[in-house]
Amino acid sequence: MKKVLGVLLISLLSACASQNKQPSAEVEDKSVGGPSRTTESSPTTTGLANLNSLTDPNHILYKRSVFFDFDSYVVKDEYRPLVQAHAQYLRDNGNARVLLQGNTDERGSREYNLALGQRRADSVKNVMTLSGAKDSQIESVSLGEEKPRGVGHDESSWAENRRTDIRYQGE
Amino acid sequence: MQVRMPKFPPYAVMAFLWLMSAPLHAALDIEIFGGGATQIPIAIVPFAAEEKLTQSLTPVIAADLQRSGLFKMIEPAGLAPHEPAEVVYSEWINRGAGALVIGTTTTLPGGQVSLRVRLLDVAKQVQLATYIETVPVGQLRAAAHRIADMIYEKLTGDVGVFSTRIAYVVKEGKKYALQVADADGFNAQSVIEYTEPIISPAWSPDGKQLAYVSFENKKPVVYVQTLATRTRKAVANFKGSNSAPAWSPDGKRLAVVLSLMGGSQIFLINADGGGLQRLSQSPGIDTEPSFSPDGQSIIFTSDRGGSPQIYRMQVGGRASQTAERLTFEGSYNVSPHYSQDGKSFTFIHRNGDRFNVAIQDLASRQVQLLTDSKFDESPSFAPNGRIVLYATEVKGRGILSAVSSDGKTRQQLSTQTGDAREPAWGPLPRLQ
Repeated sequence: MKKVLGVLLISLLSACASQNKQPSAEVEDKSVGGPSRTTESSPTTTGLANLNSLTDPNHILYKRSVFFDFDSYVVKDEYRPLVQAHAQYLRDNGNARVLLQGNTDERGSREYNLALGQRRADSVKNVMTLSGAKDSQIESVSLGEEKPRGVGHDESSWAENRRTDIRYQGE
Repeated sequence: MQVRMPKFPPYAVMAFLWLMSAPLHAALDIEIFGGGATQIPIAIVPFAAEEKLTQSLTPVIAADLQRSGLFKMIEPAGLAPHEPAEVVYSEWINRGAGALVIGTTTTLPGGQVSLRVRLLDVAKQVQLATYIETVPVGQLRAAAHRIADMIYEKLTGDVGVFSTRIAYVVKEGKKYALQVADADGFNAQSVIEYTEPIISPAWSPDGKQLAYVSFENKKPVVYVQTLATRTRKAVANFKGSNSAPAWSPDGKRLAVVLSLMGGSQIFLINADGGGLQRLSQSPGIDTEPSFSPDGQSIIFTSDRGGSPQIYRMQVGGRASQTAERLTFEGSYNVSPHYSQDGKSFTFIHRNGDRFNVAIQDLASRQVQLLTDSKFDESPSFAPNGRIVLYATEVKGRGILSAVSSDGKTRQQLSTQTGDAREPAWGPLPRLQ
């Protein structure tokens, strides 16, 4: 019974994937190719993945947080190289899996914030899948306002909490 | 989407409340602000031999009645009748009492206590009700709540809610506890404790189970836990986020919010986790569902119109994009909960930089703001619709508060330590 449900859900999910386009033109923007912005970090390893790149503080893959503007879930240009580098890693490592956790600041309804955080996670997922990562490698979820990194009640804390974190399976 | 605009902005009365900065007491307590204009003056005489009991009754009864905002306590001032024959009505008329409560307690062998309580109408000089019960010593407090319910029902004609329970979450340090307590905040017990957040507790209609959202597995998952056995089951643990559980009135199904098919959308699921069915279908966020008492429709929060507003949709056999927008005032109206008579709903309205509790009448669309504090969240009705329980913040600390549905009486329920939030008022106890 459970298996049937599971299969049903998977087929529904894939049926839905095509309808679920984010409206933002930003996501379609593939002009990030210019490596100028990524070169400040060490260059991405080409070809075979280097597991150490995830744990090397000097590597772009070490960066795991994408920050958002107030009331926005658009992945800003400055974070595209980061997200695309992770997408590249996922493409090169078919067995790798990531959990994208969206977060919001503390203002307003907890459940509505949970939904807003989901949008932030979904936006990052969209950039990743458009950059070649497989849908099955990524789970986007929301922590809403429940797991704040900045615990103050001011703009600097709120800005810190408007964020999606990239967590690899096993980490 | 059908959007129906009201002809006139439906903003109505704004209740004025006194805001006093009251000190937080160390114990779990209740602080009452303001008070209704027409209160019933009632005298409650300590019952005979009550002082010998481990749990006194009349202070609990008095506190219950006072919290409703509908009663004014009259001091017995030296008078101590315990039987109707001992009552001299003129003395109570002189003291301004409209109703009088007297009674006796008799401790029986085997730890039982026999209670005999009488409610008298002072003006008419007649007995309105008698309450006779024999209870174990450990249940004296519960008996006091039942007596308060009896008095409340006789004098107001409304259902008493003093024997009900509330659920809420307390955060203390890094620990989160889902707790259940009596409606007066006493007898708090942890249902579950974790080092990860818990939100959105929801009572099953029979009061035997709680649904809630736990983040213990790096993401939100909906659980249903049976209170008596403490057993629990993940009823919605799909890929993505699972949240905002709401029980159908028959207790057979839950409305939940899933990101399974993209976005955050409302689904129906059986209480055992089977039978998933999509309910809402919009390009935006649909969340915070609440069932109408007849189970035919839900109200929920959606940003399909640009800002978060409250909508109503039918619970049909298939997913629907159609919903009727209910709120129009302001750019942020969230967290709706139906009243038990289905005639109104309570919600959070952003009022400038404040988040306040409001009630909207479904027929007239009139909105009444009930609070004027800064950060109010998660309002839910008492089972008689006369009180709204909600979370607020005082000096940076989360506390639970309750306001009468006319906005005139407000009370704070505070726990000893920690941040209290996410309150949900349980159903009336049912005769099994």
